Amino acid sequence: MTTPALHVSHLGEEAVLFQCDGPLMRETQARFWALEQHCHDLEMVQACVLGVHSLLLCLGPDATDDAVCDHVFRLWETLTPLEPSDTVVEIPVRYNGEDLADLAHAEGLTPAEVVRIHTATEYIVFALGSQPGFPYLGGLDERLHCPRRASPRVRVEAGSVAIGGGQTGIISRTSPSGWHILGHTEIELFDENRKQPSLLSARDRVRFVAREGAA
Amino acid sequence: MIRILKPGFYASVQDAGRVGYLSDGVGRCGAMDALALKVGNAAVGNPDTAAALEFTFGGFEVEATRDIEICIGGAPIQAKIDGKPIHRWWAQTFHKGQRLSVGPCASGMRSYLCVAGGIDVPTVLGSKSTDLKGGFGGLSGRLLKAGDVLDVGPARKGREMRPKGLSPREFPDLFRDFTACPTLLFIPAREWEDLDAANQRKFLDEEWVISPDSNRVGYRLNGVQISPKVHKEMLSHGILPGTIQLPPSGQPVVQMKDANTAGGYPKLGKVIEADMSVLAQVPIGKSIRFAPCSIDEAKIALRTQNAHSDRVRKIMNGLRNIA
Repeated sequence: MTTPALHVSHLGEEAVLFQCDGPLMRETQARFWALEQHCHDLEMVQACVLGVHSLLLCLGPDATDDAVCDHVFRLWETLTPLEPSDTVVEIPVRYNGEDLADLAHAEGLTPAEVVRIHTATEYIVFALGSQPGFPYLGGLDERLHCPRRASPRVRVEAGSVAIGGGQTGIISRTSPSGWHILGHTEIELFDENRKQPSLLSARDRVRFVAREGAA
Repeated sequence: MIRILKPGFYASVQDAGRVGYLSDGVGRCGAMDALALKVGNAAVGNPDTAAALEFTFGGFEVEATRDIEICIGGAPIQAKIDGKPIHRWWAQTFHKGQRLSVGPCASGMRSYLCVAGGIDVPTVLGSKSTDLKGGFGGLSGRLLKAGDVLDVGPARKGREMRPKGLSPREFPDLFRDFTACPTLLFIPAREWEDLDAANQRKFLDEEWVISPDSNRVGYRLNGVQISPKVHKEMLSHGILPGTIQLPPSGQPVVQMKDANTAGGYPKLGKVIEADMSVLAQVPIGKSIRFAPCSIDEAKIALRTQNAHSDRVRKIMNGLRNIA
């Protein structure tokens, strides 16, 4: 596979954003996993924020963008992409979400088929972001891709398993969201008192397992 | 210790913010007006990053449960200790049993009560800032309410407890009011080029009104409709406070300190760090304008601002030594 084109832009005076455009590809994300690891060790970098097909580098006030960019572009050409980790996390889900029926209808499927497709895939945590411990998961079956709701819900409960565009994820903190809610899980995605606060890490494998029972 | 008698509209413990867990989706939080926190801390001899109380719109009241040294900074307000007016940006003793009451903000939005020794709440994930979305940090991860009692850390030894402060003549920037429409500098970001010249012009010419549904997460702006040449469906990437996003509504949103760590809306730019303190003080319903600037200009502005707070520290320490 040829190296995907890396685009760099500024995000303010102290950060540079490296991105590859879509479509979502695990191979591309694997390069960003490797890039993040390398960039963590750079002296000029104060913080790395891994995203989907992206890496935001926050630089110290004295770092020069040119030096960082040169280095990152060199790394991009030479790095070895990382593989997903061996960790498999099972997420038990009660598929009783408020948008399940509508989403199924929109896709020309039955709710049971949506659940079957959603649970049949092994997802990979592309990155965490947006909320504490929230995973951007890659691997959603194309039959379940669905544009975000026209108007976001004001309040979506923590633990909601949802689909937004070509991604699926688990809402980790009760918040507004435009994603379609398929179901709910009781798993705590983030606990600030744990040594590792996030249940999931980038590169983890995730499986959704359907559980019976009321919400 | 400090007891909250009236928290006002929205009060929380904030320090310089939380930066170590961005890749876990944990936002920065921290004082909206970072300059006010810095100057207030300098005035009472704290490190820049010590935690303080952030109040919104004024209208709050607190009581000292032991003698402490305080400095109130930020928005223009009328503050009184037991009915006697006190100055903004002055360090003074707040005696056990006394009450500090603050009226509504004359202009501006946020006040900071800095205390020698800092507000002492547990450090969570490297910071004492309240993360309301995460439900941690500050006092039990929530807003302050009447009856809350906050511990104060040990102040630096050998402190001279004599009132001392900054004058408007010497520090006009710290005493500015926020009634005029300020022009905020921004560095254009990737999708700025997705606006044609006419839309770029509209964005720069508009006096954007800060909408009532603005908060610590983001400022929603109302004004003319801005339309990009193409509508892009974007992948989520890291964003920072100050990022100016353009959602499909065509009305920009400026991300503030409680912003999500990632977002996917097109971004027109990022407000420069030095101007974030101004934006934090522009009241809801007032307007702002934007003007592009270079990275070098932004860095110089930040250096100038930092020199400013360094000078405050020197002056306050100097007064201390003379006394």
